[in-house]
Amino acid sequence: MNPTLQPNYYSFGGCEEYCPGIDPGGNATRRILFVAPLFDEMNRTRRMLISTMRALGGRGVSSFLPDLPGANESSAALIDQDIACWQAAMAAAAAQLKVTHIASVRGGSLIDGAMPDAPHWRLMPAKGANLLKTMLRTRVAGDKEMGLTTTSDALIVESAHQPILLAGNWLSPAMVTQLHDTVCADVPHLRSVSIGEGADMIKGSALWLRAEPQDDPDMAQALAADLDRWSASCGA
Amino acid sequence: MSDKVETIIRSILSDMLGLSPLAVEQMDASTELFGAIPEMDSMAVAGLLTEMEDRLDIVIDDDDVDGELFATFGNLVGFAKAKVDG
Repeated sequence: MNPTLQPNYYSFGGCEEYCPGIDPGGNATRRILFVAPLFDEMNRTRRMLISTMRALGGRGVSSFLPDLPGANESSAALIDQDIACWQAAMAAAAAQLKVTHIASVRGGSLIDGAMPDAPHWRLMPAKGANLLKTMLRTRVAGDKEMGLTTTSDALIVESAHQPILLAGNWLSPAMVTQLHDTVCADVPHLRSVSIGEGADMIKGSALWLRAEPQDDPDMAQALAADLDRWSASCGA
Repeated sequence: MSDKVETIIRSILSDMLGLSPLAVEQMDASTELFGAIPEMDSMAVAGLLTEMEDRLDIVIDDDDVDGELFATFGNLVGFAKAKVDG
């Protein structure tokens, strides 16, 4: 039987943020905080991440997947968020849930650096500038379909003094600037994992690129196995 | 390098569209993409461009992009090869 997903919450910025978790028996010595990809990539990978958490639960490892303020079930507004705020939120979640390890995916690796003492595991970390560029392109292409001429450069200029709407997300000036400038923080204990066929790679698919959210149960099992081995070898 | 560019484009399309390696291997220059494959919408095209930049180490400007670019697999590979060759 699959371990049951439990509702947890963490406090940040005066809000209680939702954080589904799997905590088998409540006494696991290894407790992993998942920092999900950002924006649309979050939706496309959520099912795979939850499947990975269930598989970890079956191996006796606890894990948690906190909502970012302004995303999913959060009562905070996305327009009030920026990268620094999300970094602080993940640090708050890590402290309150007493996690022992951090696992981030894609853009999640941009906001996992505020807990440098915990061992980090990163799957295909994304550059903030690339995430921003993709959202700018989506807006430009969408505007074009409506007969409007917009350019990425003009949107960046506009974003300096007012929020802009990119791919359905209202982004504050600070969010745009920080997204453009943020790279993954250096952390002392890091395992970087890639998707592919090579040695020491996870066999699977880049679900965050898919047009529709999809699942990859074999990949979730492989990720859980890798996270189990890695987390047993360090920390806690 | 040319074959490598084509292989990388096939790999990105496989990731994006969830197609098997065999299915993308069967694409040829005349295979229609944008407008013919439902998943190839504006957002997918935006992601495709960023992945091409990342995996091929090229820079694609807004001005480079028009509807023709994504019309066929051949157009896309031809554009990428021209960019890589500088």
